[in-house]
This record gives sequence, C-alpha cells and structure tokens, in this order.
Amino acid sequence: MNDNNGDIKKMMIILSKATLENVYAAFVLANGARMEGIEAEMFFTFFGLEAIHKKKLEHLHIATVGNPAMHMPTLLGGLPGMEALATHMMKKEMERIDMPDVHEFLDILKASGVKLWACKLAMDMFHYKKEDLYDDVDGVITVGDFYKQGSGVGTHMLFI
Amino acid sequence: MEKIIAGIPVQVNEEGYLTDFPQWNQAVGTELAQEASIDMTPRHWEVIAYLQKEFKNEVPLSIRKIGKSGVVDIKEFYQLFPMAPLKTASKIAGIPKPVSCI
Repeated sequence: MNDNNGDIKKMMIILSKATLENVYAAFVLANGARMEGIEAEMFFTFFGLEAIHKKKLEHLHIATVGNPAMHMPTLLGGLPGMEALATHMMKKEMERIDMPDVHEFLDILKASGVKLWACKLAMDMFHYKKEDLYDDVDGVITVGDFYKQGSGVGTHMLFI
Repeated sequence: MEKIIAGIPVQVNEEGYLTDFPQWNQAVGTELAQEASIDMTPRHWEVIAYLQKEFKNEVPLSIRKIGKSGVVDIKEFYQLFPMAPLKTASKIAGIPKPVSCI
C-alpha cells in the first residue's frame, strides 16, 4: 500500500520539437508545475535541442506549413519569409500578454528549480557539444537516466 | 464564508483566500503563513508588502513580474515560499489568488 492520493508530485516533460509553439507549450507546462508546487524536469531531444542551443534558441520559428491552425494555404505558408512574418506577429502578441522570450524563459525555469537535461543520443547525432548549450543545462544524459530521474510515486511524463 | 483568524472574524473564499483585503493585518498574515508552514521573517514581509502594493495598483501578478520587481528575484521567491510561491504569498498577503500561468 502507498499513501499517494493521486496528487501530481513531479512532471517529466520531453520536448522533441523546435517550433516556437511547441517550445512555449513545454515551457509553460514546466513553469506552471513549479508555480503549483510540483517538481518539473525537462528532457530536450532531437529538434527540441534547439530550444537550449545557444545560437539557435533566439531564432526559433512557428510552423506555417502543415499547421492547420494557421488557416493559410500550404503553398502560401511555404513562401520565403512567411514563417518569419508569422513568428514576428506571434512574438508581438506574446509580449503583450507578458510572455518572456526563449532565453528569458529558460532563466525563469532555472530560477524556479526546473531541471534541464539534454539527450545524449540527439547531441551525438547533431554533433552538438555541451558548450553549445545554454549555460545552466544540468547535464547531457541518456533516456535511461531521465527515467531514473522520474522514479517515485506521483510522477507524470509528457511528450511534446 | 467567515473564518476566525488571529482571533478576529474575516471573510474568506472556499480556498481560504481573504475576500476583503481591509480585514487583513500582520497577525492575520502570520497565522495564514503558519497554516502554510512558513515562519515569517522581515524578508518575507518585504515581499508581502510588494504584493499588496501591486494589488492596490491593480497590477496582475506573475512570476515574471516578481522577477523584474527589484524586490526579490525568482530564486529567492521560491526559497521564501517553497510550495507554490505566488499562490502561497498571495494568500498570506490577503489578496486574491493570482490567475497567471506564467
């Protein structure tokens, strides 16, 4: 018997994408967990690594192609500059609702006690080095290590 | 509903947040802090005073704003109020539960 009453104790959030809307979703969920007194750890894998890559994290875009919520013909969304334009418009809206940019959001997550892990396999695949990453990343680990981090009652995992 | 806090009857909602800020005083805040297992220090009260000032100015609170307040940084805010800092501190301050997601 355990005494867990169904409360969420820890959120383990895996980010595998680098489109801005997915990165923000993952960040808001991690930060929101901490705001509720829930522990949070993030695992950045495959394209998700771009969200913690020093040179790339400031240049993430939203997807205008293959994103039905853009309500834009696929052909139009594929035109040069369209992603940049859509991203610019979205960033303006985000500033209005007091949403930090990616770098500042990472600072907030770290200050709030969120652990940030980079996926070793994806690092090897993209030829990234630890120095390429945001300074306060907690480490480069395997998926097994990440699961170990999540052990305990009341842990939930989320794949984005 | 009514609740006796620090010997005086105050109005609270179902989550225990004060609904009538003028009923708040430091003794009430201290007792609300004890319910959240927090021993108040002068540093805690500085943060509480800041939150109350923002509330009176009708500024919605968020973790990001706390970090930019110049009163406390986010790391220390989490140290002072370890579990759900914005909600806990707001409750102690006698102001409504914040609705921000960031």
